[in-house]
Amino acid sequence: MRRLVLIIVAIVILVVFWQVSHRGSAPKAAVKTATLNAPAPDFSLQDIDGRPLDLATYRGHVVLLDFWATWCTPCRAEIPHFVEYQSKYGAQGLQVIGISMDDDAKPVQEFYREFKMNYPVALGTAKLADAYGGVLGLPITFLIGRDGQVAAKYIGEADMRAMDDRINSLLQQK
Amino acid sequence: MTVSTRLAFVVTSILVTAAMSSAQVGLVPGSAQLMSPEELLQAIQAAGGEKPLILNVGPSLLYMQAHVPGSEYIGAGSTPQGIESLRRRVKTLPHSTFIVLYCGCCPWEHCPNVRPAFNELRKSGFSNVRVLYIANDFGKDWVDKGYPVVKGQ
Repeated sequence: MRRLVLIIVAIVILVVFWQVSHRGSAPKAAVKTATLNAPAPDFSLQDIDGRPLDLATYRGHVVLLDFWATWCTPCRAEIPHFVEYQSKYGAQGLQVIGISMDDDAKPVQEFYREFKMNYPVALGTAKLADAYGGVLGLPITFLIGRDGQVAAKYIGEADMRAMDDRINSLLQQK
Repeated sequence: MTVSTRLAFVVTSILVTAAMSSAQVGLVPGSAQLMSPEELLQAIQAAGGEKPLILNVGPSLLYMQAHVPGSEYIGAGSTPQGIESLRRRVKTLPHSTFIVLYCGCCPWEHCPNVRPAFNELRKSGFSNVRVLYIANDFGKDWVDKGYPVVKGQ
């Protein structure tokens, strides 16, 4: 009887292990240093409502630049946090900017309304993505300091608590 | 019902649930339908052997920045337009054609594109279809490894 119980327990452990190992898990963001401390490349785009969106306008602000897409699950998880950051830190000088890598504007406009996004969003281009070191997976988020230098780069779904701390630290810098 | 019978029933239930769960996920890492980046690299660099038809079913902006040499852009597999484009591309091909699908937009378990494209080809009768397993994204799992890429359309 004891042997039977042991065999059953072993089988259950093996099944659970197999399930977990074969499903994988969403990796948390790694911070890359390749573009850190370099000037953030300027861009001039139109947002999804047709208004001009120039990075230079926000010099002196801390900018959170988010490359995302409507079909990207980790991006969708991050965006409510970015909406919250914009509300919470906007008065202190944070500006969130979204660059959608969607192929069409329509799903972006629908998403913008659904998620009550409170910051400008424009459709990205391959040229802009190249300028930022390539956007070959989503999401990718940059934090740009008040001096216009890239202060942080997050590849994949970021640790929001760590990002919040970093934003606070950048906002303190004059 | 004896204790051992009850235990056997519980274990059977767990195993059946696990099997159903994995069947729903489909294309799980380790399955024969998947191909590693290393394997695809060998296939495209090999002097001989059967060359796969490599189809990108991800977003166009990512494809334009970097893609596998020789791959063709089809359209996002998560959209009706992408699936229609895939149907058109393979319409005249023999069902035995060796096809490799890939995307790489985001971590494997979150990719919305490869599964619909794979299912469409299987439904259409293609029997030699594999999907490039990209655990994180195309940047990390292909470009950062120094594997060859082509830019543009």
